[in-house]
Amino acid sequence: MKTNNKLRILLKRSLTIYSANIFLFFVLIGRLYYLQIYEKEKYTLLADNNRISERLLVPPRGSINDRNGVELAMNNQNFQAMITAEHVHDLDKLLEEITPILNLTDSEKERIKKDISRHKRFVPVKIKDNLTWQEVSTLMLNNHLYPGLFIDEGLTRYYPFKQYTAHPLGYVGSVSTSDLEKSDAPLLQVPDFKIGKSGFEKTYDLSLRGTEGTLKYEVNAYGRIMQEIEKVEGIKGNDLDLSIDIRLQSFAYDAFGDESGAAVVLDVHTGEILAFVSVPSFDPNLFVDGISVKNWNNLLYSEKTPLTNKAISGLYSPGSTFKIAVALAALEEGIINTSTTSYCSGKMKLGNHLFHCWRHSGHGKQNVISAIKNSCDIFFYEVALKLGIEKIAKMSHKLGLGEIYDIGLENQKQGVIPDKQWKLSKLKTPWQQGETVIAGIGQGYVLVNPLQLVTMLSRVVNGGYEVTPTFLKQDTPPQLPSLNLKKSSIDIVKQGMFEVVNGIGGTAVKAKPKTKDYKIGGKTGTTQVRRISLKERKEGIKKDEDLPWKYRNHAWFMAYAPHDNPKYAIAVIVEHGRSGSGVAAPIASKILEEAIRLDIR
Amino acid sequence: MAIILNQNQDLSLKERFFNLNFIFIAIVCTLAFIGCAILYSAAGGNLSPWALNQGIRFGLGLLIFLVASLLKPELYYKLSTPFYLFTLLLLIIVEIAGHTGMGAQRWINLGFFKLQPSELMKIAIVLELARYFSNTPLSEIKTIKGIIAPTIITIIPVTLIIMQPDLGTSLMILFSGVALFYLAGVQWWKFASCLGIIAISAPILWSKLHNYQKNRILTFLDPERDPQGAGYHIIQAKIALGSGGLTGKGFLSGTQSHLNFLPEKHTDFIFTMFSEEFGMLGGVLILILNLIIISYGYWFAFRIHPSNYFGKMVILGLNTNYFLYVFINIAMVIGLLPVVGVPLPLISYGGTVIISVMASFGIMMSFYVHKDKELKK
Repeated sequence: MKTNNKLRILLKRSLTIYSANIFLFFVLIGRLYYLQIYEKEKYTLLADNNRISERLLVPPRGSINDRNGVELAMNNQNFQAMITAEHVHDLDKLLEEITPILNLTDSEKERIKKDISRHKRFVPVKIKDNLTWQEVSTLMLNNHLYPGLFIDEGLTRYYPFKQYTAHPLGYVGSVSTSDLEKSDAPLLQVPDFKIGKSGFEKTYDLSLRGTEGTLKYEVNAYGRIMQEIEKVEGIKGNDLDLSIDIRLQSFAYDAFGDESGAAVVLDVHTGEILAFVSVPSFDPNLFVDGISVKNWNNLLYSEKTPLTNKAISGLYSPGSTFKIAVALAALEEGIINTSTTSYCSGKMKLGNHLFHCWRHSGHGKQNVISAIKNSCDIFFYEVALKLGIEKIAKMSHKLGLGEIYDIGLENQKQGVIPDKQWKLSKLKTPWQQGETVIAGIGQGYVLVNPLQLVTMLSRVVNGGYEVTPTFLKQDTPPQLPSLNLKKSSIDIVKQGMFEVVNGIGGTAVKAKPKTKDYKIGGKTGTTQVRRISLKERKEGIKKDEDLPWKYRNHAWFMAYAPHDNPKYAIAVIVEHGRSGSGVAAPIASKILEEAIRLDIR
Repeated sequence: MAIILNQNQDLSLKERFFNLNFIFIAIVCTLAFIGCAILYSAAGGNLSPWALNQGIRFGLGLLIFLVASLLKPELYYKLSTPFYLFTLLLLIIVEIAGHTGMGAQRWINLGFFKLQPSELMKIAIVLELARYFSNTPLSEIKTIKGIIAPTIITIIPVTLIIMQPDLGTSLMILFSGVALFYLAGVQWWKFASCLGIIAISAPILWSKLHNYQKNRILTFLDPERDPQGAGYHIIQAKIALGSGGLTGKGFLSGTQSHLNFLPEKHTDFIFTMFSEEFGMLGGVLILILNLIIISYGYWFAFRIHPSNYFGKMVILGLNTNYFLYVFINIAMVIGLLPVVGVPLPLISYGGTVIISVMASFGIMMSFYVHKDKELKK
C-alpha cells in the first residue's frame, strides 16, 4: 500500500513535469514566432547591414580644355603595386625579388612590413604608386612569380602644362576639415578624394566633380570582401572648355624669361581671354598629393610671389597707360580736339607745387596725338585739370577700370578709380587739385590690375563696345552694348597709340613688329614704386638699374593688333621692369605677333 | 502462463533486440542526421572538419546505446553507488589538478578520448538518487532526516562542478536532482522554503562581496553586459534567427553563419544557424522531434513494470536531463536565458555530449526492453 502510494505520487508528479516540459517548449516556440515572424523585418535589415557594405566610387573628374580641345587638366592613370599578405608565401623573399624592379629603399620595405602587420592579412597593402610603364610591364610579365602581388589602377589629376596653366586653373587637393564643414556631399568622405582648392578647379568644382557611383559588396564578420552585389558606375564630371589657347598661353609665359609680371590677351570683340599668365608661377602637380614643406616655403617666401595671380590680384598704378582714358574723356567732353595744344617745358607749376614731365628737357608743343606718342606728362596734367577728377573717373569706369569681372576666379582686386566722394569717405579729407593732376598721368591713388587694363584697351579699340572678359569659349560673338563713344575720339587715341609704336621717336618703337603684314598700336607705362624725394631730385635721380630689384619701377605695356582691324589686345606688366618701353613693350609685341601667327579662332 | 514463466527467466539477446523501441531510435537518428547536415553547411558545404567526425561519433554513440540498452537493468542498480563514488573521485581529481598548476580543466585525457567527469555525473547522480529513493519509504522521504542524504549526494558534485567553473552543467545536475526529489514525493513547502532561504540570504551574501566579484558574477550570469564579448554573440544570434523568417534563407545560404557573424555556429549556437537556414518551420521541427523523444521517455517510465520504481526514477531523471539540455540550449541562443555554455544534444558538434546522451538513452531503453519484468534487487 505504501509502495503503491509512492508510485502514485511518482506518476502524478511526472505528469506535472511533463506538462511543464510541454509548456516550456511552447514558450520557446512563442519566442521563435516573436523573433522570426513578428520582428523579421528588423532582423532582416540588421543582417543586411551586417553583410552588405557600400563604397562610393569616385567618378572621373571633368577635364579642363583649352579652346582647341587640348587637355589642360586631365586624369592620369596611376598604377600602384599592391600586395595581399595572405597570398604571399615568403614576404621577405618577395620584397627582395621586386626591389631591383621598383627600386625600393629599406625604409619603404620597413613601411610595407609595418602596414602588413597592422592590417588583416587579406587587406591589400600598397607597395608603391605612380609606377612607370616599364615597372608595370616588368611586374605583369613576371606576375606568376609573385603570388599576392597585383597592379591596381586609379586616377590622379594631372596638369600637363604645369606652371603655364597654374594660375587660372588652380589645383585639387585633399579634403580639409573646413571643406567638410561647408559641404556634406558623401564623396568628400571618401579617402583620397580630391577637391578643387583654387582657381577654376575650385570655382567649377561641383560641375567638374561628377556624380558618384556605388559599389555594394558582401563582407564577412572580419571585413573580407566576399562578392560584389551591385555596381553603379559614377558619371564623369562636366568638361570645362576655356577660351585660352594653350599655345599662346605657354608662349606668353615664356616671353617673360626671368622677369616677374603678368600678361592678359583678350579677343576685343568677344572678350574671350586667350592668354592669362602670371609669372613666375608654380607646378600645380606638386599640390595634388600634398606639397612638401620645403616646396611650400620656397613658393611662399619667394620675392617674385609665384602664388599670387598678378593678372587679377596684382594692383599697380596704371601710369601713362591711363592717359588713354584721360584723352578719351577729354575728347568726348569736347575739352580738346586734335588742334588743342600745350607747350611742354618739362615742368608745370600749380600753386606752390612743381609738376615734372618724365622728360626733363620737355617735349615742346604737343597735341593729343603727339602727347600720347611721346607720353608727355605736361599735356595730360593740363587736360586733367580742365576735365576734373569726376569726368576722368566716369570714363575710367565706362572703360572697365575699377570693376570686378565674373570670370570664375577668386582674389580679384578691384583697384581704385578715385573721385571726390571716394577720397572723402576713404581718407576723410577733401580732394586736392594736385591730385587731379597726377591722376591725369595714372599716378596717385589710381590702381588697376592687368585684366582691367586690357579690358579698357579692348573697349577702346573695338570701336567703343562694352566687351567683358570671360574665360568661357564663346561659340557666337556676343551682342555688345555700345559705350556711345564718338568714332572720331576713338580714331584719335588709336592714332596716338599707333604713333607710339610706329611714329619716329615714339615711346615704344621697340615693340614694332618685324613683319610689314600688320601694324600694332599700344601705350607704355612706367610707374614709380617709391617716391622720389626732393633731395634725390636735386642730387640727380639715380638710374633705375642701380636700385635694388624691389625698388625699381614697374613697367606697363598695353597693345592691340592689327591696327586696322583690331582683334587682339594685350596688357603686360613687368614688375620692377624699370621701363615700359624697354622691357614690357617687346614682351607684349612678341606675344601679339604669336597670336597673329596662330590666327586664333 | 508463458508470460508468468517469462517473468522468472532472462530475456535472450534476440528478444531484447526486438523489444527495442525502433521509432525512438529512428527519431534520434533523424536528429543526428539533421545535426550532420547543419555541420556540413557550417563548413561551407564540406564534410570536413565537422560533419564526418560527428557522423562517426554518432555511430560510436549508437553502439554504446545498443550495448547499454541490451544490458540487464539490475546491473545499473548494482553499479549505481560504485559508479557515483567513482565519478565523484574523478571530479575531485580534476578539481585538484586544476588547482595544482596544471591549469583549469574539466577533463581527464585518456589519450584517445577526453573524459569529462561532469558528463558522467549527470548519469551517476540520477542512478544514485533513484537508488536511494526507491529504497526509502515515502514516510521517511517526507521527513527532513530522509532528505539529508540525497541532498548531500546532490550538493557535493554540484559544488565541485560550479568551481570548475561550469555553471550550465552544475545547474543541469541540480535541476535533475530537484526533479527526482519532487518525483519522490518531497513536499511542496520544502521546495518553497528552500527558495525562500535563497531569496533572503542572496542580498546579504551579495552585500558582502567586493565590486569586482559582483561584476564577475553579473557578467557570468548575463553576458550581454559585455557587448564586445559574449553580448555580441547573443545579438548576432538574434539577428541570424530573426532574419531567417518563416522558411529560412535556404540550406547553405545563411548569411549570418556563412559570413562568420554568428559565433560558435557549429557548437552551442547551432540551433540559430539551423533556424537561419530553415526558418521558424525548421526550428519548430527540431523542437517537435525533441518533444517526441521526451514524450517517449515519459511513456517508457509509465510502461515499465510497476514494481520497478528505480527504473521509473532513472528514466524520468535522465529524461529530465535531456529536456534540460534542449531547453537551456535553445532558450539561451534565442535570448531567454543567459549564455551558460550548454550544447544542443545530438546536433551540436562535440563527442562527449553525444556519448553521454546516447548512453543515457541506452539505459532508459534497457528498462523499456525489460518492461514486463520485475527488478531483482
